[in-house]
Amino acid sequence: MMRVISKFRWVGLLVLMLGIGACTNDPGKLSSSASGNAKPGSVEDFNLNVGDRVFFETDQTTLTGTAKATLRRQAAWLKTYPAIRVRIEGHADERGTREYNIALGARRASATKAFLASLGVSPARMKVLSFGKERPVATCDNISCWSQNRRAVTVVTSRAGS
Amino acid sequence: MVYKTKMRLFATSYFWAFALVIWALPVPRAMALIEIDITRGKVEPLPVAITDLLGKSPKEIRYGQDIAAVIAQNLRSSGLFRTIEKKAFIEKINDFGKTPRFGDWRVINAQALVTGRIRRVSDGRLKAEFRLWDVVAQKQMTGLQFFTTPKNWRRVAHMIADAIYQRLTGEKGYFDTRIAFISESGPKDKRIKRLTIMDQDGYNLRYLTNGKDLVLTPRFSPRTQEITYMSYAGGRPRVYLLNIETGQREMIGDFPGMSFSPRFSPNGQQVILSLQQGGNANIYTMDLRSRRWTRLTNSPSIDTAPSYSPDGRKVAFESDRGGRQQIYVMNANGSNPKRISFGKGSYSTPVWSPRGDLIAFTKRTGGKFLIGVMRTNGSGERILTEGYHNEGPTWAPNGRVLMFFRESRGANGGPSLYQIDLTGYNEHRVKTPGFASDPAWSPLVN
Repeated sequence: MMRVISKFRWVGLLVLMLGIGACTNDPGKLSSSASGNAKPGSVEDFNLNVGDRVFFETDQTTLTGTAKATLRRQAAWLKTYPAIRVRIEGHADERGTREYNIALGARRASATKAFLASLGVSPARMKVLSFGKERPVATCDNISCWSQNRRAVTVVTSRAGS
Repeated sequence: MVYKTKMRLFATSYFWAFALVIWALPVPRAMALIEIDITRGKVEPLPVAITDLLGKSPKEIRYGQDIAAVIAQNLRSSGLFRTIEKKAFIEKINDFGKTPRFGDWRVINAQALVTGRIRRVSDGRLKAEFRLWDVVAQKQMTGLQFFTTPKNWRRVAHMIADAIYQRLTGEKGYFDTRIAFISESGPKDKRIKRLTIMDQDGYNLRYLTNGKDLVLTPRFSPRTQEITYMSYAGGRPRVYLLNIETGQREMIGDFPGMSFSPRFSPNGQQVILSLQQGGNANIYTMDLRSRRWTRLTNSPSIDTAPSYSPDGRKVAFESDRGGRQQIYVMNANGSNPKRISFGKGSYSTPVWSPRGDLIAFTKRTGGKFLIGVMRTNGSGERILTEGYHNEGPTWAPNGRVLMFFRESRGANGGPSLYQIDLTGYNEHRVKTPGFASDPAWSPLVN
């Protein structure tokens, strides 16, 4: 559920698409059918071909292996397009109290930012924002939804050349 | 016997303009035959007869009926009183000055009787008087008169109900109070949240924000005309102060990072809150006059939901410094933090009782969310209610009743406000127009 699988390959810092993106089971993401058309360096390119979000275990803020792989792709992409700035939005599932979740979301965003910074993305390009449990992407009342909501989403806030 | 003892004048704002004259002192409580011990669990509700306040003009008569109905509704909602149906009444009260025929009220099993009179006085205000009678002892227990502008008639009813509650239970009432909360509308993944205020019984509801910005966790100032809350205005989550009379809004503490979870100190001169610093949340206070900040905690953890003791000397808060959320109590200067919650599960949102004796909390255990109370040293934990999701207790000013919110399950689920006695009895839903969360009970307005 938490894994976002895309078929792509690194060539230096260039991201090449091989065929159409694989299906994602993440309902928070846009359809991947248009991935071949996404302009390199665009928001669509980032969201579809890189992956804009990472997921966390309950009450945890440590990055999983899958999360780190996604963030390595994000870091590479961000280094390819150095004019781009991002806002990292941290979220929690609904199974916590409001105040704690606000701080937990912030800690998840902060951990994500720190990892991207460790890969060479300038902290000045990254802002963090926590929404706590206020903005779920999945609204059912079981773990299949909660696990999608425990996330940090990297949102492109300014495009290269704009 | 008329004693003019006290006159209190209130601020001249349209909302609170009031003059209160206490004109008849009650007999000492010890002499009364009827009283309610509300510290016991389930009590047999006391049967009370509430007669319409007498009026002369059709308008006065109407106010008299409406005020009596609100008094009755308030008393019933406490779970401590049963109001006797009007059609059972034998004596028709038609002279406020006359002693009732107690036998007629004993026959219908009333133990207390409320009589009253309403008049429109020359300046356009209403003058409301009431008497509370002990039917068994055949004595007046208390009597008061109030002046108010007609549009504040509900407050008169609340104040009379508070006086009756206090006389019969020995505890202060909580009917002349308001609730600040968050109204929720729209789908679960795009909730629109509005800061809202209403009377304790759900009337006079007013939206204080328009829904454009996400707003959370309102808390009353002890002076009741100010609220502190968190808003995402401008995409920057920060703590704000709002004057609910003037509508004036002010961001406090424009720090680089997010500020959240605010609450007033008991004297209203400080706001205590959490500041996000990287991955950690620490607790700070701001003095509202000097605008000086003081840091109270400094740990690599999430320290949040701070709440002062009513004497202002201690602060309860939650922290995950020990691994998961637990409740701690520290001195008001941040020294000597001690963990007080040790039960199975995690504990959060500690709120100190206005009486100082208990701390209410949200507990998460076994996939459920519970509301409970414990003594301020962590002993005597007692769960009041449990279920899929209960959160965020707030105390009535008399420390006998709590409100919290409960989420229903599923994509179309949402929160509602609930009220429960400290004894764990008399749980009921508080009426709101739609979904509602984050309740905050005001102090007594009068």
